Amino acid sequence: MLSVCDAYITFNPGTPLAVPALRGVDLDIAEGEFVTVIGTNGAGKSTLLSAVAGDVRLDRGGVYIDGHDVTARPTEQRAGMIGRVFQEPRAGTCSSLTVEENLALAASRGGRRRLRNALGGSRKKRELAEQLSRLGMGLEDRLGAMAGTLSGGQRQALSLLMATLLPMKILILDEHTAALDPGAAATVLELSAEITGEQKLTALMVTHSMRNSLDFGSRTIMMNAGRVLLDIHGEERKGYDVPDLLDLFKKTTGTEVEDDQLILA
Amino acid sequence: MSALALSGAIEAGLLFSLVALGVYLSFRVLSFPDLTVDGSFPLGAAATAVAIVHGINPFLATAIGTLSGCCAGFVSAYLNVRFKILNLLAGILTMVALYSINLRVMGRPNISLYGEETIFTPFAEILDFGLWTTSAVLLVIALAMKFFVDWFLGTQVGLALRASGENPVMARAQSVDNGRMTIVGMTLSNGLVGLAGALFAQSQGVADVSLGIGTIVTGLAALIIGETLFGSIKVAWATFGCLIGAVLYRLFIAAALSAGFLGIQAQDLNLVTAIVVAVAVILSQARRNSRFKLWPRLRRLFPQPQPQKG
Repeated sequence: MLSVCDAYITFNPGTPLAVPALRGVDLDIAEGEFVTVIGTNGAGKSTLLSAVAGDVRLDRGGVYIDGHDVTARPTEQRAGMIGRVFQEPRAGTCSSLTVEENLALAASRGGRRRLRNALGGSRKKRELAEQLSRLGMGLEDRLGAMAGTLSGGQRQALSLLMATLLPMKILILDEHTAALDPGAAATVLELSAEITGEQKLTALMVTHSMRNSLDFGSRTIMMNAGRVLLDIHGEERKGYDVPDLLDLFKKTTGTEVEDDQLILA
Repeated sequence: MSALALSGAIEAGLLFSLVALGVYLSFRVLSFPDLTVDGSFPLGAAATAVAIVHGINPFLATAIGTLSGCCAGFVSAYLNVRFKILNLLAGILTMVALYSINLRVMGRPNISLYGEETIFTPFAEILDFGLWTTSAVLLVIALAMKFFVDWFLGTQVGLALRASGENPVMARAQSVDNGRMTIVGMTLSNGLVGLAGALFAQSQGVADVSLGIGTIVTGLAALIIGETLFGSIKVAWATFGCLIGAVLYRLFIAAALSAGFLGIQAQDLNLVTAIVVAVAVILSQARRNSRFKLWPRLRRLFPQPQPQKG
């Protein structure tokens, strides 16, 4: 479903500030796989996601989604194949649009937008309210509320629904619970797992929590210094716990995991 | 204030409400600080005046003025999107170029439409409003344009446009081409301004190369007054605010002029407008930003004698 081949990206190339972010990433994700990505700061997790989404272009290598070479396509031309939830709750929704308008905008993703009223009739409203009620956040009664008036958890849940409203090839979750309080983070994470499982989505989720990276999804990738360090899946993954991951990291790199932001539990 | 001054103020207010709608689209919806307006307003006036003088039907001439405004907006947006010229500079470049273009279009600094047939002429025969005929026609056009903008911003394209202006990162992730949206929005915005220019030339009976100066600031003043009165979040209220804001502003100016308030004369208009906009922006920022409190600052400027401890 998604292939990243021999991907290289250097930020600020040719300057003293040059930062190699991806150094030869090869990744193949099969249809229906839910991959969690973990790694220390600067390991290249977010850059990998940005490269898949199209926000940054590869210096070398290619990105293929469902057999299409999308390496040269800008973000907006890939967006029809990609559902996306950002880290920052405010990034994924539009504050001055209502909940309903945000959903309407997502409902026309990847299609041709026309000069036609974006909001549907009462039937469409009921459908949307029904989908919103599944989020369990009381949003079904707030279709007409500005997204800017929602809490962080509500906005992320709305983002998640927007991202998964239409059939798509791959769902990208970029630390989408990192900016939430623990309660809301747990709810949104559960929702993500539920929706992904129900719709059998192919998903790529970056997380800072080692625990979550093993508890959720069907495959775990650990990145380090712009490369894929560990790739754990299938039966082997079931026996893994956080200390095993740490051990494996130490064995492969010869160093301890040293990162305040990497939550071990 | 005389009835003539009052009707003149309302006419001007309704004309500038179209400018305010255009400025709302560029400044607010698209977050594109567009200075093209000072050029597209006289361009609309010039193109329409020339067309009318050449015997073209005034309705068609008005459409030509509107479309010429659209072209001006397109050029600014294209400079910004395609060549990555800073939005402010792109607008200034187009505005400066338009000064020469407007002179070329008219072939001289001004064209009088005195005695020519305008879109107001047929209504003067049908409607029996005397002095208020022009205002009535302008009111209908301004309301029509308000509802047009409301409708447009509610369409699929309109939602994409609003998202693009407010949150371009999110818009891209929802397959919105931000560059295209800038071009669509700017074309529409300056089309409205061109229409305002076209109607200005016909209602005032003259197109002048210098009548664009300060258009943007007047449009902004109207927009900000409207936002203060009706809020800026809901589209329908914001566009309604553009109408009311522009009319109120012109009434205020007319009242100040006729009452000889502070000795203000017609030539002080741009200065007054600039001051009003500056004060309005400062006050609206003060309201938004709770850290910025005007009152303590004023108090610090005029320190009160402290009671002595004893």
